[in-house]
Amino acid sequence: MRLTSKVLVSAFLACLVVLVPLGASATSTPTPSASPTAPTAPATPPDGAYIGVTLQNSGDDKAPIPGATLSVASASGTEVGEAVTDPNGRAFIAIPERGSYVVTLDTDTLPAGIQFGGSNKRTVDALLDGGNFAQFQIGVVEQAGPSLGERFSGAMVNGVKFGLIIALAALGLSLIFGTTKLTNFAHGEIITFGAIATYVANRAFGLPVILAIVVAVLASAAFGWLQDKFLWKPLRSKGIGIIAMMIVSIGFGLLLRNLFQYFFGGSRESLSQYVNQTRQSYGPFQLADKEIAIMAVSIVVLTITCVVLMRTRLGKSMRAVADNPALSASSGLRVDGVVRSVWVLGCALTGLSGGLLAVNSQVNFLMGFKLLLLVFAAVTLGGLGTIWGALIGSMIIGIMVEVGTLQIGIWPGVPSSIKEVGALVVLILILLIRPQGILGRAERIG
Amino acid sequence: MPADTTPTTDPLAGVANTPGVKKPDAILVGSSITRQFGGLKAVDVEHVEIQRGVITALIGPNGAGKTTLFNLLTGFDAPDTGEWSFNGQSLQKVPAYKVARRGMVRTFQLTKVLSRLTVIENMRLGATGQRGERFWSAPFRALWSGQEDSITERADELLARFKLDAKREDFAGSLSGGQRKLLEMARSLMVDPELIMLDEPMAGVNPALKQSLLGHVKSLRDEGRTVLFVEHDMDMVRDISDWVIVMAQGKIVAEGTPDQVMSDQAVIDAYLGAHHDTDITELDETELEQATEAELDQEA
Amino acid sequence: MDFGSILSAALSSALGPQAIVFALAAIGLNIHFGYTGLLNFGQAGFMAVGAYGLAVTVVTYDQSFWLGVVVALVAPVVLALVLGVPTLRLRADYLAIATIATAEILRLVFGAVETREVFGGSNGLTGFAKTFQDLNPYSGPLDLGIIRFRPDDLWSLTVGWILVALGCLFVWLLMRSPWGRVLRSIREDEDAVRSLGKNVFAYKMQALILGGVFGGLAGLFFAVKQASVVPSDYSTNITFYAYTALLIGGAARVLGPVVGAMIFWFLMAGIGAFFSQATAGSDPLIPTWAMSDIQASLVRLILVGLGLMLLMIYRPQGIFGDRKELAIDAR
Repeated sequence: MRLTSKVLVSAFLACLVVLVPLGASATSTPTPSASPTAPTAPATPPDGAYIGVTLQNSGDDKAPIPGATLSVASASGTEVGEAVTDPNGRAFIAIPERGSYVVTLDTDTLPAGIQFGGSNKRTVDALLDGGNFAQFQIGVVEQAGPSLGERFSGAMVNGVKFGLIIALAALGLSLIFGTTKLTNFAHGEIITFGAIATYVANRAFGLPVILAIVVAVLASAAFGWLQDKFLWKPLRSKGIGIIAMMIVSIGFGLLLRNLFQYFFGGSRESLSQYVNQTRQSYGPFQLADKEIAIMAVSIVVLTITCVVLMRTRLGKSMRAVADNPALSASSGLRVDGVVRSVWVLGCALTGLSGGLLAVNSQVNFLMGFKLLLLVFAAVTLGGLGTIWGALIGSMIIGIMVEVGTLQIGIWPGVPSSIKEVGALVVLILILLIRPQGILGRAERIG
Repeated sequence: MPADTTPTTDPLAGVANTPGVKKPDAILVGSSITRQFGGLKAVDVEHVEIQRGVITALIGPNGAGKTTLFNLLTGFDAPDTGEWSFNGQSLQKVPAYKVARRGMVRTFQLTKVLSRLTVIENMRLGATGQRGERFWSAPFRALWSGQEDSITERADELLARFKLDAKREDFAGSLSGGQRKLLEMARSLMVDPELIMLDEPMAGVNPALKQSLLGHVKSLRDEGRTVLFVEHDMDMVRDISDWVIVMAQGKIVAEGTPDQVMSDQAVIDAYLGAHHDTDITELDETELEQATEAELDQEA
Repeated sequence: MDFGSILSAALSSALGPQAIVFALAAIGLNIHFGYTGLLNFGQAGFMAVGAYGLAVTVVTYDQSFWLGVVVALVAPVVLALVLGVPTLRLRADYLAIATIATAEILRLVFGAVETREVFGGSNGLTGFAKTFQDLNPYSGPLDLGIIRFRPDDLWSLTVGWILVALGCLFVWLLMRSPWGRVLRSIREDEDAVRSLGKNVFAYKMQALILGGVFGGLAGLFFAVKQASVVPSDYSTNITFYAYTALLIGGAARVLGPVVGAMIFWFLMAGIGAFFSQATAGSDPLIPTWAMSDIQASLVRLILVGLGLMLLMIYRPQGIFGDRKELAIDAR
């Protein structure tokens, strides 16, 4: 095993504070974006007040670190803006006024090979006029020049872990779609719900993280029950069409997202435990304890769920309802009861995926929405409504997103700042070539 | 129906009642058409010919592949193998809309009226070669209003013939099941087809309307069109069809005049079973339900 | 509480550039969804290629503004073709996912560090609107008492509302024609239309292109009006808000998108101003522990979500619509 040398990456924060002219007229941006001033920052030092960050590897090469996402939140925790470092490792984030701000480095976006340790947050007091610089260091542990093999095994570990986490959410989505034919655009918010519930149980009620996840899963299950009871069931009874329901789910997603931001704020938060675990070597793989736990929990839960769906009466009823609701109803099946159970089970699985994501990285009000399309991609890839399809699709998407960023042979590697693009392209290709997915059956027409 | 009333000019007189038999003047000819869903061969037709200018019925139990065959012939579904031609021109890989333009128009088992368009708009849509349907001429009314008027005139005549003129301005969605069937039939006539293919024209029609519907189907033949229809209603088959083709498990198993087919013991035994007089649609659903219940009980 | 300024903010938004952008985008969605039944969830992508079409042509490739305008209108056509050829055969919900994914891909690529040379990265591009600004004939502001527009806004408004009016006229002409009848029929049941000898795919493609061009026009206007393009302005939320505006005004009505966009922005700005006032100052109307000023800015967005749900459930025909001419499959 090669020795890893610890290198520090320092970040220089140049804070140039200029008062923003007040009384911006009504003709500002039409984006009713929640994070104020949707244009994060104009080119190079912007006109208004801003926080500038330069991320560079202060090791042997002083190389700038591009593609890392930094977000700035006010001291009260409201997100002010977000920026991605450019090829020079620089990023500018406009701030509305002087004050104290928290700069957070999204460790997930660091290039492969750089592993982050220590706190990823720094508080910046943007109080000075003119070109004053505030400098501080963010500790980063880097494996010096990892080989392709090491990067590949690292990406594989991340991909498998990510795939397993997505699989939980994808299975939830697939179950709900299978029985109700609803393409639920609010599914990402159920992931976020699970993550925030974990955070609240952990931070506000002081539960240990493991217990907090259990609470979050139960809360998500209850959330699923309530959703079906007070929203989807009444809509089904009303005979609302499937496209109309889809649009309702979009509205519901918007509602939840903004409620999350209202109560949770716009910042990224960490749980109280297992935040910065160093990875240990297991043969060719480097794994932190929490990563092993996340994968183990996912695999166990996925296995149990599949066995339940294959073996029990509930599972068979679900499939009967999925095949033909009218016929199931006429043969004495309580279709509404089955659909209710599906919502409860689907949301519990999805909530667990949110909880695990919270342990893996951080909690943010947008985290689920950002994953929504990847979950759609996974489910579509495997075949909408099929259990195994959701699992296989998730693994493929998870691994592809992570491994796709590696530069291998003539493949230039997907830039890590847009690593989801590959998965989305696959999603579209699959829809075109084999819309029923890998495992789906072609539908009979007429 | 006594055989001696058949006119001496019956084009099908002397045609043998064997499956896939050649017809003297076939408008539609198909060979080795197969379509598979999963492991199930839904359609497996070796040879079929439809005689021009007569009414041909296509019967068989549920799942026999009748509607699938309709879908394949009209381009709504693609077969795995096979070739078929209409008026001597191959229809292989011809998309559905072009099949219709060539003069072979179908209706659907579950009527497809355009609910939120008025009856007259439904009719106008049926006319082919409309200048106003082209994007660049659409904004200029002068380019298409003349044609639109003559289309409307033709549509009104057909509505009167099908006794739908009183409903002219109603939304098609407000019509009864039988009226929808009539509207769909009238609308397909706007295309002026040579061959009209009706998928279960009697399904969901109340008995009072059935007679007039039968009359309309016969009138199609009398004005020189060829009719091919799928039907479960044996009375209708017996009443109006000149020729009957029987399908089962995707294959054509018998052909002949209604009398020949109805008296064919093999047909009765194998495909109509002991339930000859019951409505087959109902029968199958009950059986399916029983099967599902049994399966669920077994699992419990 | 200063209701005058709240009303002023609401009215200037309802008549202002935001309403124009959303009216244009929603006119496009109306053609897609209202008339043809195509569930395009990627209108933000059409807007983005329109806006970037102009900006990239002028800034990156140093060509004239007018060539940029042409590119901005051709780009959505190309996107519609690329997107439509394969996806228009898909089921409605698959089309929705494919379009939303395409819009996201575009946004991510436009904002990527690696394509910064061309698209300007997350900071976007600026400095392409001078030709438009130079054409401004107004020298003084327009003061209507309660609302007031600066000369440059007034110029944007003039051009924008003329575009909206022409767009509505064009849609009206098209939708009363047999061409429009085919679209509405496809929305009802495309197999029926196919069985009557119409090339459904070609009509859907024409509708996708036409609606996409309106999306591109919205993006173009947006870019010119604020003199910059930034990738984060073309997020999926824009598409959802445009749907909300369309559903407020009523789908499948010529003026639905316009009325909807105006009401949407009247409410957005009005509610925003109300809550911002209610939480401002040292002794706010709503105590700080209940709502901070940042939270106040979110209330209107929460209400958008709630409003979209309630509209779809209780008034899918729009606020003014007649239930009988319901255009959406809500039964």
